Amino acid sequence: MKKKFLNIIDRASSFILIVAILILWQVLSATGLVPKFMLPSPIDVVMAFVGDFSLLMRHAATTLTQAFLGLAIGTLLGFVIAVVMDHYPIAYKSIYPLMVLTQTVPTVAIAPLLVLWMGYGMLPKVTLIVLTTFFPIAIGLLDGFQTVDPDSINLLKAMGANRFQCFTHIKFPSSLSHFFAGLKISVSYSVVASVISEWLGGFYGLGVYMTRVRKSYSFDKMFAVIFFISLISLLLMLGVKLLKNLVMPWDKKQN
Amino acid sequence: MDKLVANNITVSYGGANIIEDVSIELNKGEIVCLLGVSGVGKTTLFNVISGLLQPDEGRVELDGKDITGKAGIVSYMLQKDLLLPYKTIIDNVSLPLVIRGEKKPKAREITSKYFKEFGLEGTEKKYPYQLSGGMRQRAALLRTYLFSDKVALLDEPFSALDSITKSLMHEWYLQVMKQIKLSTLLITHDIDEAILLSDRIYIMAGKPGKIKEEIIIDLPKPKNKDFKVSESFMEYKKYILSIL
Repeated sequence: MKKKFLNIIDRASSFILIVAILILWQVLSATGLVPKFMLPSPIDVVMAFVGDFSLLMRHAATTLTQAFLGLAIGTLLGFVIAVVMDHYPIAYKSIYPLMVLTQTVPTVAIAPLLVLWMGYGMLPKVTLIVLTTFFPIAIGLLDGFQTVDPDSINLLKAMGANRFQCFTHIKFPSSLSHFFAGLKISVSYSVVASVISEWLGGFYGLGVYMTRVRKSYSFDKMFAVIFFISLISLLLMLGVKLLKNLVMPWDKKQN
Repeated sequence: MDKLVANNITVSYGGANIIEDVSIELNKGEIVCLLGVSGVGKTTLFNVISGLLQPDEGRVELDGKDITGKAGIVSYMLQKDLLLPYKTIIDNVSLPLVIRGEKKPKAREITSKYFKEFGLEGTEKKYPYQLSGGMRQRAALLRTYLFSDKVALLDEPFSALDSITKSLMHEWYLQVMKQIKLSTLLITHDIDEAILLSDRIYIMAGKPGKIKEEIIIDLPKPKNKDFKVSESFMEYKKYILSIL
């Protein structure tokens, strides 16, 4: 009995911690220990979320459209870069440092520049998302390509396979798990980058909503949108995991 | 195919010869073993014969035609089974046909006919990790056979198996070979295995590796389990040990 109880605690430990934090937060806010306008209680946040639900959904649609568009282009770009870098050693040598450099520039810092260059439309936003999402994909795939068992390549060569066949039969499929690890990161980056890009301008999007509620000091709505964004990221990451299981049935069974 | 010949093969690496002036031949339907310690250059020789490696000197001929440095003609089974983890067994096995340009469904259809003969029925839709070591080896061998039904190079095909599975595989292998009559060159460092399986044995030794001796195993076939404890077997073994 005791063992069973401990087992439940063990499995639910992170859930219990979250609930405990929420309770503490509710108590802090309800007792007035922290002023309500600075820290709205969890219940206030839920109320704000419910109250603005349809508005939030409309904004989320814009944000997600941008995020997906950027992610799709970013994934494609990452794939192409990885293939080119793997194929030509000179490309690897020259592109790699530049690629790392693009990642050291903070997203928030280049976002205003992109808006100046490209205006308030969708273009600067999608560009920013592409810049942040291609990197994990490219690095992941490159890693996968370069850790392929050389003997499998030799086997295919002995069968008379050309480079393209070596790629489709060996390199690409054996890099899939690396690809999905990268995609998992990129998918959450895409949402964050989409929101940040909207801070700087535009008419719709969760970032725009965020700016508006911040300016009106609606802290409850602010918290609601923050949690909403993390929820979206979590769901998308779960989606990637499901997609991975679907595409790589051998991997799921193996683990 | 009637005859595979490797003539005066020399391969050097970093200024030193790995194998020097090695000549071997394989006749139709024969199983020939290449026996020697690790590092003597057996795999290097196989890489040359399979066309993966261009020799510094010498040439490889199949039925009188020069095939030196040409991959895709002689089938090659490397040391590991190298079944691709993300392909089902049938797709793994039909890979050589697909590489040759066959469409996938057609390749599967051709391949599936052989599963029974190789004792693999029921494994078609499984993934490699679901199979035992012995079954994986059978699948790898079938893949090798589908690549070329004329001549195969097997690099220590049974070395990764435990000794019980190994002797079961030997029996299975001899039985299959009797049916498919695949001319085979086989690398091993297991003396028992060499005597049991082959019609002839090349002993490779030295640095750089050279063919030291050719032994013909002149015994009635089929060789069965009892053969391994027979007197003639022991005589061959004693003789080989004296050379090595």
